[in-house]
Amino acid sequence: MTRTPSGEVALDIRDLRIDLATAEGPRPIVNGLDLRVGRGSIHGLAGESGSGKTITALAVLGLLPASMSVSGSIVLGAAAAGGEPIELVGSSAAVLGGVRGRRVAMVFQDPSTSLHPQLAVGRQLTDHVRHHLGLREAEARARAAALLTRVHVPDAETALGKYPHQFSGGQRQRIAIAVALACGPDVLLADEPTTALDVTVQAGVLQLLRELVDDMGLSVLLVTHDLGVMSSVADEVTVMRAGAVVESGPRSQLFTAPRHEYTKSLLAALPGSTFEEDPAELAAELVAGHEAPAVPTVLPDGNDAPQERDDV
Amino acid sequence: MSEHTISGRRLSGSAVPRPAGVLTVDDVVVDYRGRPPLRAVDGASLAIGAGEVVALVGESGCGKSSLARAIVGIERRTSGTVRLAGEEVPVLGLRRRAAAMTGIQMVFQDPNSSLNPRRPVGDQIQDGVRAAVARGEEPSEPHEWLMRVGLDPQAVRRYPHEFSGGQKQRIAIARALAARPRMLVADEPISALDASTQTSVAALMRSLVVDAAAGMLFISHDLSVVRRIADRTLVMYRGRIVESGHTETIWRDPLHPYTRALLAAIPVPDGAGRLPLAPQEADRDAWTEVVPAALGRMAPGEGA
Repeated sequence: MTRTPSGEVALDIRDLRIDLATAEGPRPIVNGLDLRVGRGSIHGLAGESGSGKTITALAVLGLLPASMSVSGSIVLGAAAAGGEPIELVGSSAAVLGGVRGRRVAMVFQDPSTSLHPQLAVGRQLTDHVRHHLGLREAEARARAAALLTRVHVPDAETALGKYPHQFSGGQRQRIAIAVALACGPDVLLADEPTTALDVTVQAGVLQLLRELVDDMGLSVLLVTHDLGVMSSVADEVTVMRAGAVVESGPRSQLFTAPRHEYTKSLLAALPGSTFEEDPAELAAELVAGHEAPAVPTVLPDGNDAPQERDDV
Repeated sequence: MSEHTISGRRLSGSAVPRPAGVLTVDDVVVDYRGRPPLRAVDGASLAIGAGEVVALVGESGCGKSSLARAIVGIERRTSGTVRLAGEEVPVLGLRRRAAAMTGIQMVFQDPNSSLNPRRPVGDQIQDGVRAAVARGEEPSEPHEWLMRVGLDPQAVRRYPHEFSGGQKQRIAIARALAARPRMLVADEPISALDASTQTSVAALMRSLVVDAAAGMLFISHDLSVVRRIADRTLVMYRGRIVESGHTETIWRDPLHPYTRALLAAIPVPDGAGRLPLAPQEADRDAWTEVVPAALGRMAPGEGA
């Protein structure tokens, strides 16, 4: 079952190209990426480290380092932009400033680096809403408490006065999500939000993400290398490799009938998947030098006409 | 080439008699000073036989790494003993450890910190070979070990930074195995690697260790990998081993409440879109319970 209730697109990325300036000339990091995040759904972006997932998410917020140049298009859909659609590539600092936090927010992998260690949690939440929304102190505080309750941090009033180190890793990530949600964004970019967490804690954060999407109509771009995580919460999945889309499609199709060799190899490496392989074979392949599967092929429209089929 | 091929022994639930213990850990306790003092390992006992792969799993902070470090002797033990083939493993002091004790080797999580960045990888593997020779074992060549872990044997002159993360970890594994250990202790050896190579590297470790008739204690928080490579599994919670025994038995029918919660929380990559079960705060109280039936679980038909 794929949930894209509105059928609207919250974030529309087309032919995104990101180059890193090096002494030897520009080096492509992202090479013609197409991806659409439906409103009120979770779009998973999978791939190995170095495949360009995080850079893609950072490009949405215009947070790339100066050494990188961007071309292509990233459009924030009309509803998500609260009026006219906004083109984010090449837009001014003022436009991006209005989008960041208010329209599009981000959650990072490690809450112990994204939260300020010396500021009480309440302050981190109220500063945010006072700055962006111009709320007065009392209003801001009430909103902060409501946000903590929303992400299921117990005893919100007391929690506001505590510091990040006084919470467990899972609670800290919930607080980071609350900070991201503080100004009521439509789109949430979540970069490996559960990777640093224990599996029992991860389950709770995944439930929270799903809940926020289903109850509040949030649109999420979920960056993760963990296909188990992907399988449990994503509605649509895009698999990336070396800066390009390898395969894209609805979750169930991608997991049960992947078309591309690379997707298959990723799934085969996962125990419990329908593509289980003998570990001895995997080890033998590794030794034989098939560590990385064959060179990626970009599917023309992300879902049609597979160029590589497993007919073996 | 045949001498370098890796035997593809698949795990079976056969009722093999428990191999004679290579490593015996008896009631080990590890405390950390501080306010308040912390008991990281609260009386752990285990035995690992030759050719046996035993996994140690549990959440972060449960004491897995402390136990591993106490076993190899790089962490002070408050009490308890560790024996390698009957001989006590001392806690490492300032002096070089006795030659016999190089029979226990360790692979760490991050090869960037365990390999020396300024020495060619061949030299570092040679250190392992030297340790083996000092114990009267057969000499071997570093390039053979590179080949065994699937790397170019010509690469002995190269430095760690010339390899990818997964390749570096395979070099660290080659270095440890070159010492021809009787016991390999691996602390989260695959968690720094990309998802697609994690299972392969774990499987490679298993086949090399089993081929060498050594034992392995494999620490991981990734239960799905553990399920594929471990004969037996130990589940640790708050410094205690709460469930132990035949891996598949535990996986199919976990008895301890913590093991149950842990297994239910693993997201299954089947595309069904099922959310894993998140334990409630109140559930955690039951996790410290002692469930005697959950210890020493046997394979079907074993011990009958």
